[in-house]
Amino acid sequence: MMAIIICVFSIAALLPFVVWYFRAIVASRRNVQLSTRLQELTGITSEKVKADDFARLLQLVQLCPEQEDDQSDIRAVGAYYNVLAMLGRMARTVAPDLAAWFERERESCSYFAAVALDRRISHSRELFSQQLADRL
Amino acid sequence: MLGPMDYTVWTAGFLLEVVVVVSAFAKSQARRYLSIAMYMLCCGLVQCAHFYFLRKYGVSSKQYTYVYYYTESLLTISLFCVVIQLYQHVFQEMAVGKHIRTAAAVLVGATAFFSYAVIRQNQDHLTSRFVVELGQNLYFVGVVLTYLLWGAILKLRETRARLIQLVLALGIYFSATAGAYALRNLFPTLEASVLHVIFPILGVWLPAAWAYTFLRVSDDTRLIPAQLSPRS
Repeated sequence: MMAIIICVFSIAALLPFVVWYFRAIVASRRNVQLSTRLQELTGITSEKVKADDFARLLQLVQLCPEQEDDQSDIRAVGAYYNVLAMLGRMARTVAPDLAAWFERERESCSYFAAVALDRRISHSRELFSQQLADRL
Repeated sequence: MLGPMDYTVWTAGFLLEVVVVVSAFAKSQARRYLSIAMYMLCCGLVQCAHFYFLRKYGVSSKQYTYVYYYTESLLTISLFCVVIQLYQHVFQEMAVGKHIRTAAAVLVGATAFFSYAVIRQNQDHLTSRFVVELGQNLYFVGVVLTYLLWGAILKLRETRARLIQLVLALGIYFSATAGAYALRNLFPTLEASVLHVIFPILGVWLPAAWAYTFLRVSDDTRLIPAQLSPRS
C-alpha cells in the first residue's frame, strides 16, 4: 500500500518538477529585449514570437559561430520544445486548454531561441570587428 | 554481469561529480554550498568503493550488495544535509536555521523507525529489506521536503536562479528515484528489464544538473518566480 502511494505521489511530483526546471532555463532569457537588428532580420518582435518560429531560429543559430556558454542550454530547450510539440499534438483534440498552454510554452522556447540568436549575432560581429582590427 | 554501457554511465557519473566539486571551488561557491560539494565528494568516494567491491567480489556477491545498499542509505541521509542547507538559504532572512535542522533530524529518525516498523515482521531478510524500505521512504520524504521548499521559494518570491535550479534538479532526482524504488517494490521483475538502467541514469542526472548550474548559471542571474508558475 505504502509503495503504491509513494509511486503515485512521486510520479505526480516528477512531472511538475521537470516542467519547472525547463521553465527556469527558458525564463532566464524572457526579460532580455531583442535587438532592433534581429527584429529587422527575422521579422520577429519582442512582444510576439510564434511557437513555430523555433525551428527556423534554431537553424539560424546553428549558422552562427558557436558560443561556449549557450550550447547546452539550446540543446536542453530544444528537447523541451520537442516534447511540448508532441504533447501539444496529442492534446489538441482531447484537451484544447492544455494544448493552448503547450503552445504558450513553445512560444517561450522560440523567444529563448531568438535571444540565443541575437547573442550569437552580436558575438559574430564582435569577432569580425576584432579580426578587422587585428589586420589593421 | 555489467556491460560497457554500465561502465560508461558509471564513469560519466563519477566525472560529473568531480566537475561539481571542482566548479563549486572554482566559482567560489564551495563555502556557500558546502553540503553539495561534500555530498558530491562522498558520491565520488562511494563510486570508487563500489568499483573496488565489484571487481573483487562480483556484482551478485553479498559483499557488493551490502556495500551498495548501506552506502546508498548513508548517501541519501547526507543528501538531507543538502536539503537542510537549501532550506537555510531560502529562509536565511528569518533566522530559523536551528529549527530547520531539528525538524529534519526528527523527520529522518521517524522515517528510519517507520521503515523498521514496516518490515519488522519479516525476520528472515530483515537487514536487506530494511535498507530497500528505508531507501524508498527516505527518497519519498525527500520529495515531500523538496516540494515544500519549492512552495516556499514561490511564496517568498526567491529570485536567485542558481538556488532555484539546484532545488529543481534535486526535486527531479528525489521524485524519480522514489518512484523507481516504489516500482521495484511493487514489481520486482522490472528490476532486470527497466530499473537497472534507470538507477544509473538517475545517478548521472543530479551531478549533471548541478554541474550545469554551477558552470552556466551565474550567481547574479535572477528569475521572476511568477514566470515559473504554470498559470503564467
